[in-house]
Amino acid sequence: MLLPLLAGFPAQAGDAIPFTPKWWLPEAASTFAHEVDNTFAVVYWLDVIFFAMIIAAMVLFTVKYRRRKEGQRTSPVKGNHALEFAWSFIPGVFLLVFFVMGFRTYMDMQVAPVDSMNIRVTGQKWNWSYEYPELGITMSGDDGLVVPAMTPVRLTITSVDVLHSFFVPDFRTKKDAVPNRYSTIWFEAMAPGEHPVYCAEYCGDGHSRMASKVTVLEPAKFKEWVASKKQASASMTSEEHGKQLFNSQGCAGCHSIDGTRIVGPSLKGKYGTTEQLADGSSVTIDDNYIHESLMSPGAKVVAGFAPQMPPYQGRLKDDEISALIDYIKTLN
Amino acid sequence: MSATTGDMAETHGSGHTSYLNARKGISSWLFTVDHKRIGVMYLVAILSFFFVGGMFALAVRLELATAEPDLFSASVYNRLFTLHGAIMVFLVLVPSIPASLGNFVLPLMLGAKDVAFPKLNLASFHIYVLGALFLIYTLVSGGVETGWTFYTPYSSTTDSSVVTALLGAFILGFSSILTGLNFIITIHKMRGPGLTWRKLPLFVWASYATSMIQVLATPVIAITLFLLIFERTVGIGIFDPALGGDPVLFQHFFWFYSHPVVYVMILPAFGVISETVTINSRKHIFGYSAIAASSIAIAGIGFLVWGHHMFVSGQSELAGTIFSLITFGVAVPTAIKVFSWVATMYRGSIRLNAVMLYTLSFLFIFTIGGLTGLFLATLAIDVHMHDTYFVVAHFHYVMMGGTLMGFIAGIHHWWPKMTGKMFPEIPARIGAVIVFIGFNLTFFPQFVAGARGMPRRYHQYAPQFQDWQFLSTVGAFVLAAGLFLTLGYLVWSLLRGEKAPKNPWGGKSLEWEAESPPIEHNFAHQVVCKHGPYDFDEIDYSRA
Repeated sequence: MLLPLLAGFPAQAGDAIPFTPKWWLPEAASTFAHEVDNTFAVVYWLDVIFFAMIIAAMVLFTVKYRRRKEGQRTSPVKGNHALEFAWSFIPGVFLLVFFVMGFRTYMDMQVAPVDSMNIRVTGQKWNWSYEYPELGITMSGDDGLVVPAMTPVRLTITSVDVLHSFFVPDFRTKKDAVPNRYSTIWFEAMAPGEHPVYCAEYCGDGHSRMASKVTVLEPAKFKEWVASKKQASASMTSEEHGKQLFNSQGCAGCHSIDGTRIVGPSLKGKYGTTEQLADGSSVTIDDNYIHESLMSPGAKVVAGFAPQMPPYQGRLKDDEISALIDYIKTLN
Repeated sequence: MSATTGDMAETHGSGHTSYLNARKGISSWLFTVDHKRIGVMYLVAILSFFFVGGMFALAVRLELATAEPDLFSASVYNRLFTLHGAIMVFLVLVPSIPASLGNFVLPLMLGAKDVAFPKLNLASFHIYVLGALFLIYTLVSGGVETGWTFYTPYSSTTDSSVVTALLGAFILGFSSILTGLNFIITIHKMRGPGLTWRKLPLFVWASYATSMIQVLATPVIAITLFLLIFERTVGIGIFDPALGGDPVLFQHFFWFYSHPVVYVMILPAFGVISETVTINSRKHIFGYSAIAASSIAIAGIGFLVWGHHMFVSGQSELAGTIFSLITFGVAVPTAIKVFSWVATMYRGSIRLNAVMLYTLSFLFIFTIGGLTGLFLATLAIDVHMHDTYFVVAHFHYVMMGGTLMGFIAGIHHWWPKMTGKMFPEIPARIGAVIVFIGFNLTFFPQFVAGARGMPRRYHQYAPQFQDWQFLSTVGAFVLAAGLFLTLGYLVWSLLRGEKAPKNPWGGKSLEWEAESPPIEHNFAHQVVCKHGPYDFDEIDYSRA
């Protein structure tokens, strides 16, 4: 069983070696996913063999040498240098094999091809947003990331608040989103389909809801999608622009538009009303209050809510703030 | 310090004045400098916190029985798993074996009257209680929801009781350092006549390696937590990027302590298993020097692997590669230990009592824990597994399965010595089997859920993981039932248990030459060590 496994080392991307324990792993949808799974298979089967040998010896000794009567004589053996050397050396060799396989695959996963398409991924409490600098498109967590199949894609990941981690199980890749830092990963999706994205680094109340998805399209369909996206954003009204920003900037993660309470107050029917603040005073929800709440959210917190919102100072342009205000007005 | 000899019959009827009845009153316990009483107080405190941490675990498991959020809000759930982790790590696992069993047994094993610095020993217990009060205070002051790892900048910016929890962990560090220092000096200076380094029981070697880590690594976490407290209270930017700090620096500092500290948790369990596997096999340990040396090697190499917690943190590829290689280096001495324990059973006379059942459970569970660690040390696989339930399962197999099986085995092994009472064997065996089944049912499904992509610290999750999570919840309650059964018969044995003889298991290390329970000064006369700790009567040297 061991030989075919090692003969497949180092396995090439794309072909799964025999005996891959598939039910342990999710679908393998990126080019290096099979390489990771092959590494997994080698570690898995050697682990199983070692485990079986250790437990078999333990059970065998327990049964064979169980005490039949008190005072039974036992062996005076205190050790055996040859055996001790063997059971240090042989596992040592296997461990080196694991290391080398893990290292080679890891380097393949880390180094993006030079002609990769670039996408910026930004994590914030509690959504992911995607920006295609080469195509001029911005996407929110709800719409997810859209990529062409059979095209290498490089993600440059960062965060605007706390740590997050961009995790696509089907692609076998993951990277922490760290504020003030850029980290990169890449992948090449093999076929059209949809794959879940999770946040893997704990980030607070919305951590387990910070999900997104990767939609993989045929390259031709992707081109159509890009064209339709561009057309849509060119003909957008300020209110529609505000709605798009409301989703892409993460507002929707905390503020509902249907009256339900998520983390922050719902914005349904709020414009023009008067709100009770945490310090006992009250305020009218108007353009100035929305502007102030975006720039310094801690200044006037609505009673009953924790001051958790990140400031958008420097992250929104003037026309984007106006668009958001216009959108909030439509919720009445 | 002279013990009164008149009151022995009425209190214990045990024929001698033991450490338990030599003095009376609550202050004779709270301010005792007797290592045995301090060990017992630690044991009671640690088991109490184990109960509290366990209740949090059951609450977490109940919530996770279904994919939807049903019992708690996300913010309550986050507090539950944080307090479960913080209590289990800082109040239970770190002090578990060294502070309770170590304190009790170590001086006895050395043939000593006490540890080198008895008052310092008492101080470390008082510091432990003080630190614990801080951590417990966070329960009523709004809780803490950062995860036990306190990762920045979440912990720099959230408005929960982070500072109180950090202060608690900071204070607990001093307790750990003082215990470690005390043990190192005790092992160097307090060994009885004839007890050379090569005759030390392996539990002593393991305690020695543990103490070295405690003394060398704990100051780093103390400084780190202090810096974080400083950042939160004074606003000096160290870890928070909003203040110009570096959050990844915190991870380096944190794991520089917290990786070695997993060896503080597991090495003493290795020590216990070396004792229980020999005594119940009536065999000399296989490869004494290799086991002793591997404890020291694990302690040493364990300082150089912290970066394997950070393969996807944005740490450089070069650093990741080096940390991966060194991590595989820790696997070798660990494998040597497992092989040696199994080889010890070869041609022995194996008594399958409750202690041995826990020992075999340990071998089974720890081997899985160790082998699954190899997936995580392998760079490419860790990128996928990191921060999933696979890591949660691996951690629990090693820490809960390894350390706690060792701890429970040790409690049973030395129970007659500590209490002077025998626990009932049949319920103990039933308990051991239930604990073993419950444990594996709880944590094995988590490997599968994690490998299939379920991230950790999720309050609600995708429905395809529900079957695995549900099995895990069922297992948690089986495990809890086994542990309550264990607690039940142990308490029963205090009241109704048979009186324990001096040496119920036929041990050869020096603690078995003391009375059960020992007198206040441990031994009536200076004991002289004439044979090794594993030279059992049954060993047939004519067969060599």
